[in-house]
Amino acid sequence: MSVKVLLPNAFQKHTNNVREIESTALNLPELVTEMESRFPALRQHLRGEDGQVRKFINFYVNEEDIRFLGNEKYAFQDGDEVLVIPSIAGG
Amino acid sequence: MATFYELRCRECGKGYGNQPLSICDDCFSPLELDFDLDYARGRFTREAIAAGPASMWRYRALLPVADSYVPTTPAGFTPLMAAPRLAARIGARNLYLKNDAVCLPTLSFKDRVVAVALANAVSFGFDTVGCSSTGNLANAVAAGAARLGLKTYILVPSDLEPAKILNTQVYGATLVRIDGNYDHCNRLCSQIAERYNWGFVNVNLRPYYAEGSKTVGYEIAEQLGWRLPDNVVVPMAGGSLITKIRKAFKELVILGLVEDKPVKFFGAQATGCSPISTAVKAGADSIEPQRPNTIARSLAIGNPADGPHAIRVIRDSGGWAEDVSDIEIVSAIQELAETEGVFTETAGGVTTAVTARLYAHGRIHPDELTVSCITGNGLKTTDVLQGAYERHAAVRPRMTDFAAYLEERQAASLAASGAGAAYVG
Repeated sequence: MSVKVLLPNAFQKHTNNVREIESTALNLPELVTEMESRFPALRQHLRGEDGQVRKFINFYVNEEDIRFLGNEKYAFQDGDEVLVIPSIAGG
Repeated sequence: MATFYELRCRECGKGYGNQPLSICDDCFSPLELDFDLDYARGRFTREAIAAGPASMWRYRALLPVADSYVPTTPAGFTPLMAAPRLAARIGARNLYLKNDAVCLPTLSFKDRVVAVALANAVSFGFDTVGCSSTGNLANAVAAGAARLGLKTYILVPSDLEPAKILNTQVYGATLVRIDGNYDHCNRLCSQIAERYNWGFVNVNLRPYYAEGSKTVGYEIAEQLGWRLPDNVVVPMAGGSLITKIRKAFKELVILGLVEDKPVKFFGAQATGCSPISTAVKAGADSIEPQRPNTIARSLAIGNPADGPHAIRVIRDSGGWAEDVSDIEIVSAIQELAETEGVFTETAGGVTTAVTARLYAHGRIHPDELTVSCITGNGLKTTDVLQGAYERHAAVRPRMTDFAAYLEERQAASLAASGAGAAYVG
């Protein structure tokens, strides 16, 4: 089982310009941990001082906000496309 | 600072100079423009402003545009109107409307933000601009871009009101209907802006764009004779406008143009899309995104970018947020038109209905000077009034027929009031 993860431009400084990864993470917490181990430089930027993933970072699965799907409880399905968007735009 | 303004991260404070960028690459928070207020002190004075044009550009010393920029549209400087008849209806005694239903060139407050965004699009060298929009922004970008000779790609939800679609296409813009809601459009825009070298007014130009909203605050203060109101009621979609009006008031205080005083900020949303008001009422600091379901499409943003900031502004000021149903929105549109002669779109219906409720619930005292911000024109959302008014049979062009028509009408009106009296009795 694997999911495709699309990373935003703002991450690229910390990911050696990698924009897309395949992941075998089963859920969001596993995916964040995997991203951190793959890109150690990203770790300190991904989490705030409280150790939580920063509130401005949004995750979407196949066009749906992961919070509508159960957030951390959502089990990734094979072939899911996960989109990471920091600080969404506004109207 | 090389210029008198530059991008800075609102959370971690990292500076970025001036470039088409909206996100901090250290903490991924939104960037905002930081102004050198000491530099502005000698330029942003009551006298200099009074000598400026009758448009938002009279405040350009605190807008992020180059000194050499020549504005192409007279956006802003809309009327601030006393609203005594609406006030009497809702239990207020000192109520004003900030009427951006007549903001030029496209009849919504978005003309202000777009004016600043496109000025920067030109200075950054973009030949193509775009936005995701719930309608008003689409109109404003399309018109502004036409005037500057820029190409446009505008993404809108597929269920947008026909008038807003037409009012975008007429300017020659490329309008892309997206099979989804505003939040879907928005997300796609973020990806498009990363792929193509285009200036998206609410993505990579967003920090510049957002500063245009400050002019609503400057105008309110100037039109009140350089003083701040007690309360402001502001509609909330992405949540930016309410935060920028506060920023404008703070700048005016710092620069000595108005006396400092506490101003309460009140936010207005439709119940069918109320992530910010829900958070305020629950005492929460963060936003739970919602799937929008309301006729107030111009406010239908389920995941508002400036939501957390708006919550802080409201709470710190001692204000509040409310949300109203679609039925209340339509009634409020009619009530505002009937009492003050101002025809607003659904967002203005939201603001008016929320304003009424804030008085009814005692959150605003009747004597306090309160400004209700009307942000768009009713001609854009006439579909919500479909069927609201009867169409009577045509009267023949003869005096006797007209007299008969009048008699019939007066009798009907008498019967209706008689029925009302009987009911009351």
